[in-house]
Amino acid sequence: MARQTVIPFGPQHPVLPEPIHFDLVTEDERVIDAIPSISYVHRGLERLIEKRDFIDFVHVADRICGLCSFMHCMGYCQAVEQIMGIEVPERAQYLRVFWAELSRVHSHIFWLGVAADAFGFESLFMQSLRLREVVLNIFEETTGARVILGMCKVGGVRRDIDAESLKGILDRLKGLGNDLNELCGVFINDYSIKHRLVGVGQISKEDAYKLGCVGPMARASGLALDMRVLGYGAYKQLDVEPMVESAGDCYARCLVRIRETFHSIDLIRQAAGKIPDGPIDLKVKGAPEGEYFSRIEQPRGEVIHYVKGNGSRFLQRFRVRVPTFSNIPAMIKVLKGSEVADVPNIILTLDPCISCTER
Amino acid sequence: MRSFTMSKTVIRNLLKGPATLMYPKKGRTFTAITRGRVEIDINTCIHCGLCARRCPTDAITVTKECKEWQIDRLKCCTCNLCVEICPVKCLSMKNQYSPVVSDKSEAIYATRPNETAPSPPVHDLKGEGA
Repeated sequence: MARQTVIPFGPQHPVLPEPIHFDLVTEDERVIDAIPSISYVHRGLERLIEKRDFIDFVHVADRICGLCSFMHCMGYCQAVEQIMGIEVPERAQYLRVFWAELSRVHSHIFWLGVAADAFGFESLFMQSLRLREVVLNIFEETTGARVILGMCKVGGVRRDIDAESLKGILDRLKGLGNDLNELCGVFINDYSIKHRLVGVGQISKEDAYKLGCVGPMARASGLALDMRVLGYGAYKQLDVEPMVESAGDCYARCLVRIRETFHSIDLIRQAAGKIPDGPIDLKVKGAPEGEYFSRIEQPRGEVIHYVKGNGSRFLQRFRVRVPTFSNIPAMIKVLKGSEVADVPNIILTLDPCISCTER
Repeated sequence: MRSFTMSKTVIRNLLKGPATLMYPKKGRTFTAITRGRVEIDINTCIHCGLCARRCPTDAITVTKECKEWQIDRLKCCTCNLCVEICPVKCLSMKNQYSPVVSDKSEAIYATRPNETAPSPPVHDLKGEGA
């Protein structure tokens, strides 16, 4: 029997710009156990809610994560609106879907780039980030910010998009779709990429279900879990279809994300065709009293925002359960038995967002 | 399985030149609504203090006695709420970001009416205006 060695991995690692640490117990080149440790960037956001007005807390919810900033904001606002019984104007709901899907597009393109970087395909990484810039520019033109949008508020959204710029955005997204098609051809067909991804980090449908996978990780294993199907916001008027693959390996996760990116662009087109005229926000009176679980679909999977209020301006409890947290057990399961060289790939195909996880 | 899948992209890149800007030489153009930094026209300010009360990060301080308006640019999250609430519209959101500082105290900008205001931080970066 080979001698066991412990290899520390992270919290700072060239391919993993996320503060998570693993102790990889290895035998020769094979990982036999992985012990994760997190909590390097705990910020105590959930406690902060007791000291901040619930309207102002939207700005804090916005800053939980950079890539899915808008979705955290949206989840928090939805929870508060449900408690207070606020009927958000329909145009605001469509605008929320619009920005949420754009966030998904930019998050997935960013992920494709970082994954390319992880398996050493530097030029593909650069090309992906070049395409992502299109979405960031759309964000800047419609909201005034590139990453943390600050557009959601309790009762609606803060800025409208006029019909002309909506049309311009759709044209640019069409161009982005064409460029992306070319780039994704590389991800899908290239010999060296397939060599790094096919059959690596496989997780079966049963395991994915038992370990509580969410998002692309679950969908790549054949579980059709997509919270957008529940029809929150304006999704009930749109044609949402969960993208499912069956192989459950890194390549399948990559395919799921590629197909989702195109689906998101399609959803934006659908939303732009159906968006009604009307007000974009509602005046909010009173304070929330009660509790609510809001479930929405982020780029990485299902996120839960639990909000409890006692009728004052300061909420009592706020809890976020982010997708990375529920995917960590599956990641540990996959890491056991893999090669050391595949570890960065496996961790990245999960698309970890540790800052979200620790809040 | 195919090889040389990137060749089309690579050739186009060689012909088109870089996708990036030569930054300090060629400035970046911001959009008209880019939330860069809050500026005040202090001579029209009525020192009501609504901006300071609305600010979610407590970045703005208004002293009524000596009519001083002060903002900590490192605390400001450029949410635009102060600009929206200002009753006399003396606050505005400029689309150029506030400059880099090496010390926290340098980010505090204070001003009073009818005096030569401490010259606002130098913005020699190009790209101001939409």
